[in-house]
Amino acid sequence: MSIEARNISKHFGSYTALGGVSLKVETGRLTALLGPSGSGKTTLLRIIAGLEFPDVTADPTAGRVLFHGADVSDMPAGQRGVGFVFQHYALFKHMTVFDNIAFGLTVRPRKTRPSRPEIADRVNELLRLVQLDNLGGRMPDQLSGGQRQRVALARALAMQPKVLLLDEPFGALDAQVRKELRRWLRQLHEQLHVTTVFVTHDQEEALELADEVVVMNQAKIEQVGQPQEVYDRPASPFVIEFLGNVNRLAAGESRLRTPGKDVLYVRPHDVDIQHGSAIRHGLAARVLHIFSAGNYGRVTLARADTGEHFEAEVARDRLRDLQLKQGDDVSVMFRHVRLFPRGEFTEADVRDGKLTETKAGAVPAHGAGEHI
Amino acid sequence: MNSSSAQRRSSRRVLPGFGLSLGFTLAYLGIIILLPLVATFAKTAGMTWAEFWTAVASPRVIASYEITFGASLLAALFNVPCGVLLAWVLVRYEFPGRRLVDALVDLPFALPTAVAGIALTAIYAKNGWIGHCLEPLGIKVAYTPVGVWVALTFIGLPFVVRTVQPILEELEPELEEAAATLGATRAQTFRRVILPALRPAVVTGFALAFARAVGEYGSVVFISGNRPMHTEITPLLIITKLDQYDYQGATALAVVMLVGSFAILFLIQLMQRQGTRRARA
Repeated sequence: MSIEARNISKHFGSYTALGGVSLKVETGRLTALLGPSGSGKTTLLRIIAGLEFPDVTADPTAGRVLFHGADVSDMPAGQRGVGFVFQHYALFKHMTVFDNIAFGLTVRPRKTRPSRPEIADRVNELLRLVQLDNLGGRMPDQLSGGQRQRVALARALAMQPKVLLLDEPFGALDAQVRKELRRWLRQLHEQLHVTTVFVTHDQEEALELADEVVVMNQAKIEQVGQPQEVYDRPASPFVIEFLGNVNRLAAGESRLRTPGKDVLYVRPHDVDIQHGSAIRHGLAARVLHIFSAGNYGRVTLARADTGEHFEAEVARDRLRDLQLKQGDDVSVMFRHVRLFPRGEFTEADVRDGKLTETKAGAVPAHGAGEHI
Repeated sequence: MNSSSAQRRSSRRVLPGFGLSLGFTLAYLGIIILLPLVATFAKTAGMTWAEFWTAVASPRVIASYEITFGASLLAALFNVPCGVLLAWVLVRYEFPGRRLVDALVDLPFALPTAVAGIALTAIYAKNGWIGHCLEPLGIKVAYTPVGVWVALTFIGLPFVVRTVQPILEELEPELEEAAATLGATRAQTFRRVILPALRPAVVTGFALAFARAVGEYGSVVFISGNRPMHTEITPLLIITKLDQYDYQGATALAVVMLVGSFAILFLIQLMQRQGTRRARA
């Protein structure tokens, strides 16, 4: 079941939660709505679910939600056939796990309600699916957070939804459980292939779990794409800053002169460090701090010309070869940078101190030959 | 020496002042509640069983128990749905004058009960605002058991509203949304999700309203007409006996009311516990 949201706007009083957002989710995909709090991602999810309704505008084609081409905009949540999982589980505390999962089936009108044994079979099957086989008789407050969220998921799946919507499903869990549940959800998705949309503010979660990532900011969609694409080719300064670690440096200073560009972004792993200040294309910097854990060492540096701090991620072996010490003066090379003037962007690989543009935004590219 | 001080340290509680606060609590309860109760029982100890029995089991007294406990029970029961509805409206809807309505709920708490009784009597008497409408229908409220019930309903209402209201306020809206996405109708959501969550508060509110109604005197004596065997409540009988300097008789009745009220409240508490346990099993 594909999902389409057309030109959705939503205001709460004078606050704009969504400013004309359109989105298409293909059948069977696992899609992440990623953004900081207040970006409108949860509101969009709730509008898809029918828990919230978009603003009514003069344009009749705006503010519509379609499931597989059929307009469901005026349908209440219960009839849309969506499974919804809440951040804080929203389990019915006075019911057992079994009754919670069976709820969606037992509230059906008598004509379409399955018989008791059928319901029991279905619930037991779901309990197996979410790996809580023997816990059907427990009360929700006797379960851990991760278990509760799995019960919530089973409850949503009980009515065989065509669309599964999850609002920050791992938000209330601690890091370890989160990782585990994330992997498990991915497996479950492979198994069931229900069109799934989940909301998260955790970029790692979105990139690791989703087939497609929708990055949202300030009531708008910034970029839609596969995780790799969004990470490697961010469409805006917001996306690059939100996805993963990045250094933001002033362009147009010293050797980073690039006409028309104000800001330069470089990922820590695209920063290379060499000894001495003699390297021709290098940027002079001083080592402030070195910390190594795992395969990579994290080096904090200060630019010699502007004093800006930035980080480099250097392989451990390389770090050992360099024998860096705090306070060393070094030369820094950037392998891949993104440059943004106000509003537009240029993306470039750096070879032999030359910028080779790989992609450009609205503004005509210039400054390609500049030393970096 | 050393080990005993270590032991003392290990048994020390994190929260300070346990001994002092518990001591105060017990002393306070003892003086304010237990002592008068003991005095009540002690006073009746001077009676023989036969005297006691005639005091507490004469037909007129039995009739007064029936009206007191019966009307209290009906009033509290009636206040349950009405109180829940009122709390629901106050919590869930925004409307002009909501604060005023909210404040009005407390009025039966604050109003001197005699004032309430006079006001109710004025309204429900034959020529009163409501009374004259009911009169042609053959319904008499003032000076009948119905009047007793009206007065007890009036004074009991805030108990249900005020116990249910905070629970309703804290009920997560997600619960209802979850039920809605699972296909439940509003009625199903209310019956199967909201009501069970409110149940403990409702029972507590019911118990409080009932307990208050059993002991109510001021508002009832005006509207009931106090006809023996018919609309005479037990608290009034106690006052009557006191007026006749029959202190022992009065305390004997008090003992019966005490034991009766305590038994009923205890039973409610027990049912509440069992309900919770059943829900957990």
